[in-house]
Amino acid sequence: MDTKTLTHLQRLEAESIHILREVVAEAENPVMLYSVGKDSAVMLHLAKKAFYPSPPPFPLLHVDTTWKFQDMYKLRDKAAKDAGMELLVYQNPEAKERGINPFDHGGLHTDMWKTEGLKQALDKYGFDVAFGGARRDEEKSRAKERVFSFRSANHRWDPKNQRPELWRLYNARKTKGESVRVFPISNWTELDIWQYIHLENIEIVPLYFSQPRPTVERDGLLLMVDDERFPLKDGEEPQMRSIRFRTLGCYPLTGAVESEAQTLPEVIQEMLLTTTSERQGRAIDHDQAASMEKKKQEGYF
Amino acid sequence: MTTQDPIYKTDALIAEDIDAYLEAHQHKTMLRFITCGSVDDGKSTLIGRLLYDSKMIFEDQLAALESDSKRSGTQGEEIDFALLVDGLAAEREQGITIDVAYRFFATEKRKFIVADTPGHEQYTRNMVTGASTADLAVILIDARKGVLTQTRRHSYLVKLLGIRHVVLAVNKMDLVGYEQETFERIVADYRAFAESIGIEEFTAIPISGFKGDNITGPSQNTPWYDGTALLPLLEEVEVEDSRDQAGPFRMQVQWVNRPNLDFRGFAGLIASGQIRPGDPVRVLPSGKTSTVARIVSLGGDKDLAVAGESVTITLADEIDCSRGQVIVASQSPLEVADQFESTIVWMDENELVPGRAYWLKIGTQTVSATVAEPKYEVNVNTQEHLASKTLDLNAIGVANITTDREIPFAPYAENRDLGGFILIDKLTNHTVAAGLLHFALRRAQNVHWQATDIGRDHHASMKHQKPAVLWLTGLSGSGKSTIANIVEKKLARMNRHTFLLDGDNVRHGLNKDLGFTEADRVENIRRVGEVAKLMTDAGLIVITAFISPFRSERDMVRGMMQPGEFVEVFVDTPLEVAESRDVKGLYAKARSGQLKNFTGIDSPYEHPESPELRIDTTEMTPEEAADLIIARLIP
Repeated sequence: MDTKTLTHLQRLEAESIHILREVVAEAENPVMLYSVGKDSAVMLHLAKKAFYPSPPPFPLLHVDTTWKFQDMYKLRDKAAKDAGMELLVYQNPEAKERGINPFDHGGLHTDMWKTEGLKQALDKYGFDVAFGGARRDEEKSRAKERVFSFRSANHRWDPKNQRPELWRLYNARKTKGESVRVFPISNWTELDIWQYIHLENIEIVPLYFSQPRPTVERDGLLLMVDDERFPLKDGEEPQMRSIRFRTLGCYPLTGAVESEAQTLPEVIQEMLLTTTSERQGRAIDHDQAASMEKKKQEGYF
Repeated sequence: MTTQDPIYKTDALIAEDIDAYLEAHQHKTMLRFITCGSVDDGKSTLIGRLLYDSKMIFEDQLAALESDSKRSGTQGEEIDFALLVDGLAAEREQGITIDVAYRFFATEKRKFIVADTPGHEQYTRNMVTGASTADLAVILIDARKGVLTQTRRHSYLVKLLGIRHVVLAVNKMDLVGYEQETFERIVADYRAFAESIGIEEFTAIPISGFKGDNITGPSQNTPWYDGTALLPLLEEVEVEDSRDQAGPFRMQVQWVNRPNLDFRGFAGLIASGQIRPGDPVRVLPSGKTSTVARIVSLGGDKDLAVAGESVTITLADEIDCSRGQVIVASQSPLEVADQFESTIVWMDENELVPGRAYWLKIGTQTVSATVAEPKYEVNVNTQEHLASKTLDLNAIGVANITTDREIPFAPYAENRDLGGFILIDKLTNHTVAAGLLHFALRRAQNVHWQATDIGRDHHASMKHQKPAVLWLTGLSGSGKSTIANIVEKKLARMNRHTFLLDGDNVRHGLNKDLGFTEADRVENIRRVGEVAKLMTDAGLIVITAFISPFRSERDMVRGMMQPGEFVEVFVDTPLEVAESRDVKGLYAKARSGQLKNFTGIDSPYEHPESPELRIDTTEMTPEEAADLIIARLIP
């Protein structure tokens, strides 16, 4: 008998597909949170593989802040259509009414649009399980989170009271009011994600590739002026720079890097030779040590 | 200090030929390992070192680490690698890791997933969790201290969970002057112990996680050591592909894919073996056979799939097959059984209740199961066998386990997916235990169910009635027996064939060996349930009057009966009222401490959540209550 040696990407893929199917077999009303970033792209691709030839038997949910890059909205609608899945877009009506934005409201922006928006959306549709694209290598508190992560009825995470996960056995049974966040790509690293996108030819937002784009520099972050809502300060003039993004979020909160990488191999090359970690481009994590853990306990994904 | 090893010197390749680099990296394999040791052994420091040396730490993280090291580090001005891996805020302040954390790093040849778990005895649960998916274990020893109780505990758990590769990392060699003698004495001590518990092979390496000796390459400080350094060893260890694929084909069906009437695919992760279109297969437990038609995938059909892959296969014949069943190579079927000997690791604050029904999840199947009183508990430090009536948090014991239906399985030692299970509490839904199936007990195979010619329907029709169980539950003194007695008298006047099982009476005979501990109460109800079931088979209307304080057991009895036959009657009397009646003087005894485990006083009563009938005895007489029950039974 010839042994077929499985590569690390094949093993990761098999594990993720197993997790996706386990949820579909045991959950009542699952949903996939789709943020249009590269991790979401991989997660969606894995879902297509897991359930082929059926389309993935759950909808995609985008908790929108209205401040994403235009390119993200374009790919979002296309990706859902290509996968044959229903796309639900949720915007927190209160945040909308109050005009909450990242320029004037700081941390409240993330809190209302994302944290509160997510809770409202899950409650509105009665989803009992939500897939998320978080990875354990992103941040220290993530490293200890389970693949199946339970949230109380008010969406809080209790890091002291997590269920043990052994072998490939996931206990998906919930008590009334509880919901579950499931992270199928927990064990992937940033490099794994890029390699898989390369190998599987997965479509991602063009913003990951370098192009001349209008930018301004603020507080050490290089921001892209993606639309006319960007309030320029006195004397501020957008400059064309060759930039790309390593991570995508709300455009006023996402720092770009100057780069010449226009192809996927070049992006990976830059990533491997670079010396700053992925999340540094996100204003959200700089607040304080263990900030992510605190946010999660409050219900942030 | 250490010689530079070329392991991480790939920048040149990345810079010059990224395509070649990517091509090379697509063929990396993956190794999962666990590190066992306590804070004092320098475990977090070692992992931090591996991350650092493999460039998994970026400049911004390093800057944060340096400032953290100065603020709360334990290494003076030097970088405290441990701070990299100690995750949650509360733990960081206490200076210990208290949960399982997963870390990732990669070299040219492999991606590694490290399960980092705490080493103290009270965290056996976490170590077992981390070990369950590991291919290799690094057991850390402090060179100054040698083989300790905890080393023995870790090794025992590593062996129990079936980890085949063991590395003994004798750490902190810098603190013992890199002495060869010290190292060799420790290795000899360990070898003697390892053999005694069945670990036949291990590799010992003298290291310093703090200084970096023998981590990525040979250290000049240990010229007497001619073995390999830790990381090259981790890169070279054989992964389990060939072993897993050499076994017969087994796949636990996870989900049935039915996009339309013409397609029925069976999705699952292959637990062992290989599969090709045309291979003959059998579905267990039904035993139906067919052949594999296609291995379907998004990129086009495949002609081969192997252990470890998630696949969707279709069969040539339309046979019944659903989630939880196992598709196997037809010439080598799995054993199917409902009684097993197993090792159980208890993981919950609430101890095991022998006889209580738990959910048992094995592979993709969830069944109801009961655990017998343990044959023995294992002292994880000395491996001695202790007598025990239960298992509490972090205890490990051997016990028989019975499932409510037959399940296909393989001994855990042969296959983790087919022999490893978890137990789930039916009320809290917590994962309360992990278990390993060893073998099936003969009893299930030899005691066959004897089919009788005169069946239960016949018995019932001769009596012109529908059998039922009127299950009265409530506190002592709530009025259960009084009401039950009236119900039986009224039914007798209506020419119904009945039998009244009373709590006190049963304890004089059938259950006179049982006391009032939680385990005995569970067994009491289980026996009564079985008797009631026989009586309904005989066509009788059974009336029972038992406190039956636990929801799980009432639900267990409900599950034994035919649908609709079990009528739960909650005789609802507030504790103050029952206590003020105190017909038998028991409450007074319980209050004064003469009577232990008395329901309502020092033992809980779990109210029924949705009983068929609720009787409020403060609002009606026993006579009225009896009429209400009969009206429910005979509308």
